[in-house]
Formats: sequence, structure tokens, C-alpha cells
Amino acid sequence: MRLIPDLIKKITDNEIWKSVFRHGYTDTPRNRVLQIISNVWLHLHPAKVREHGTKVRFTWCMGGITFFIFLFETITGILLMFYYTPDVNRAYADIVDLMYVVPFGRLLRNTHRWGAHAMVITVSIHMLRVFLTGSYKPPRQFNWVLGVVLLVFTFLLSFTGYLLPWDQLGYWAITVGTNMARATPLLGHEGPFAYILGMRADNDVRFALLGGTMIDAPALLRAYVWHCIGIPVVASALMMVHFWRVRKDGGISGPL
Amino acid sequence: MEVREEMKGSIEIKDDKVFTWPTLVAKEFLAAIFVTVGLLFYSYAVDAPLRELSNPGQAENPAKAPWYFLGLQEALVYFDPWYAGVILPTFIVIGLILIPYLDNNPKGNGYYTFKERKFAMTVFLSGYVFWYILIYIGTALRGPFWAFFWPWEKWTHDFPTPPPLHDLPLPLGIALLLGFYFFGLVIPAIVKKDFFMRLGFIRYVLTMGLLLSMIGTVIKMFFRLALNVKYIIATPWINI
Repeated sequence: MRLIPDLIKKITDNEIWKSVFRHGYTDTPRNRVLQIISNVWLHLHPAKVREHGTKVRFTWCMGGITFFIFLFETITGILLMFYYTPDVNRAYADIVDLMYVVPFGRLLRNTHRWGAHAMVITVSIHMLRVFLTGSYKPPRQFNWVLGVVLLVFTFLLSFTGYLLPWDQLGYWAITVGTNMARATPLLGHEGPFAYILGMRADNDVRFALLGGTMIDAPALLRAYVWHCIGIPVVASALMMVHFWRVRKDGGISGPL
Repeated sequence: MEVREEMKGSIEIKDDKVFTWPTLVAKEFLAAIFVTVGLLFYSYAVDAPLRELSNPGQAENPAKAPWYFLGLQEALVYFDPWYAGVILPTFIVIGLILIPYLDNNPKGNGYYTFKERKFAMTVFLSGYVFWYILIYIGTALRGPFWAFFWPWEKWTHDFPTPPPLHDLPLPLGIALLLGFYFFGLVIPAIVKKDFFMRLGFIRYVLTMGLLLSMIGTVIKMFFRLALNVKYIIATPWINI
């Protein structure tokens, strides 16, 4: 009858196991602390938190869910990159292949797409929660600033992804969006006072965004590189600072 | 942690901390599972949109930006692109960034309260709700040629011609705009003196400047809808 305990002892009581797992799993306060601080992923958390900070009715869990969706999008995005080529002659066909040929391709693309929309929603609800609890007040002012920047990056992440299927929906949405850039005061060729800087269709801020005077191959490549590398790298760096500042500014906000 | 019975009375500082493992981590894990399952189910049921191959020669009608930018696209009805597409979003982002530095009310830090911070709450929530109302209008109620359709109406290309628009005379427009900002800054400072004193000059001017721009944006929309005014100020160089 001592088969299972013996087996567990055999598996765990040896050098290999102990080199990986530094502490036992007996439910003691010490092990609960070690569980957090001896784990590189979990030690983002403090070992102990104020009780209200664990309540869904206080945090709505929206910041955490936003971060989780970002990870989810990273993984599904990497998988999508195996099947997608940012070339105007291939992009649309690659998406059609994902929908009809690639095993689980449809589910992959759907979850990535809907996850992106969900992330925009959750990050905006997270901002609402942080405002409603006054959590931007001292000493957390700067973390709110980082949060606003991350909100903008979330929009940009989603926006750059919109063009990649190279269908009518994305093409004209990006057309509408980037047409705004040519109305930028001073810097866009149709904006007020653009003549001062000598702006034309082929040298203004919209041209810099698209890599051309209209949306074509360079714009698709730019959207792709920004979407898959540029913005995720910058956003990840900012997220690290954002989470680190939560700890440094005194942990989750709460009544004093 | 266990506290011995006889010590309980003598502890003064409330220690409401709990172990992150498992209290918080378990909830996070559950949330991650719910989100994953939810996304998988939704994605199984509803396909992501994909239209025909892009064609630069054939514009979509209506051509719409992604939904989260449709509030700005809706603002294009009322403003030129330099404002609706560039300056307005810039103001919004700058305004959001400045919130912690403008709101020097020490109350309501870390808990839900409306009573202790009525002004901040009212302004932020109005802006937040208005942003989503515009998104709703832009998403659901705008059809071909960005014409307005109620939810129960069918989108057609056969809608009545909108009434002609006119610009305000230039002197009147300039007077209205300057007067709006001038009195908008001065009157609250006099009437609500303690508000002005609490914020100080710089904070007050920034707060009210941003708030007036927010209100002004709505007023301009009202001018357009109710009085068919296209521009408050129309010049060869810039139109507002």
C-alpha cells in the first residue's frame, strides 16, 4: 500500500529533482513564500499582497488579462508567421490558405484576430478601473503615464495588423487611417501651414509611414515589421517597466 | 499567519496581507483559462472577417477604420481632418498623460469613491462614455457615404440630400472662439475661487484649457447638427 508514497519519494528525493525544484510542496508559510520568490515567472509578484488586491471586485483582473492576451497574441502570432508572407502577391492567398488548408489555421487566425479586439477592450477597461480607484495619484503618477503610452501601443499593434490580410477591409481601413496623417499641421501635405515646410505627397509624414504615396508593397512590409517586431519589442520593454513600477511604487493601490 | 490568542488585542497595525500563492496566483490562473476558453469558443463560432482581395481602384463604401478609431472618423463629420484625425487624438493622449499631474485632490487614492472626487470623475467618465458613443455611431449607424441610418433602417444609397451648410462670418467666429476660451477660463476662476486656488495658476489653465477643448468639440458638433454650421472659423489657411 506504500507504493505511491514510495514512488513519490523515489522521484523527488534525488539530485536531479532537487536541482530543478528548490523546495518541497508541503503547505507551509515558508513554502508559499518560496513558491513565489524562487520562481522567475511568479516573482513578478510580491510574496504577500494586501487582501483587497486579490479581489476581482477591486481589480476587475483587467490589467492581468490584458497582459495574458498579449502573451496569447505573441504565441498565435508566431505560429501565424510560419504561414504568412508579407508580399502583396502572396499575403491574401496565405490568409485564404490559413482559412481553408492549414490544419487549425482558421482557429489560429480567428483567435489571433478576436484576441486583438479583446485586448483593446480589456486595456481600456483596465484604464477605467485605475481611474475609478484613483490609482494614478501619488506615488503612481508615472506608471499612469506609462499605461497611457501602452494604450496607444495597443491601438497601434492592432492597427498595423489590420492591413496584413491585404483584403478590401484592411486596405481601406488603413487608407482612411493613414489619410489622416496627410492632414497633420505642418507635416502633412494637405494639413494647415504645410507649405511652410514645403510638404508634398512624396515627402510628408504619410509618405514616411507608408513608404510611398499610396498603400502598396512597402506599406505592407512596414506594417508587418512594425506589427511583428517593432511595436512588440517596444511595448514589451514598456510593460516590464510598467509592472516593475507597480512593485516599486508600493504594490497594488489601496486605501491607506 | 497564526497569531496567538492573547496577542490579538495588542496588535495595532492592521496586517491584511495574504499569501500571493495561492490566493492571487490561483485567480490569475483561472482568469487565463477563462479567457483562453472564451477566445477559443468565440473563434470556433465566429470567423474573423476577410473580404475580397484588396483593390486600390475600388473603394469600399463606407470605408471604415478599425472600430476603436471610428470615434475619430465620426468626428470627421464635424471637423477637418487636421483636427479630427491629428489634433483631437493628440489632445486626448496628452490630456490622459497629464491627469495625475493636474488632479491634485489627495482624496480617493486607492478606493472607489464618487463623492470625494466629483469633478475628476464627471469629466473622465463623460469623456470615456462620449468616446464610446461616437464609436457606436461610427460603427453601427453610418452607412454608404457615411450617411446616418438608425439601427432599424436599411442601408441604402438612396438617402435624402443633407441640408446645405454655411460658415459663420469670420469676425463672429473668432469672437465666439476667443470669448469661449476667455470666459471659460475666467468665470470658473471667479465663481469657484477655492477650486482655482487649490489647483494654482498653471494647473488651472491646463485643466480648464483641456476641458474647454473637450466641451468645445461637443459644442461644435451641436452647431453642425442643429444650426448647419460647417465652420466656426473659415480662412484660406485653416478651418475650425
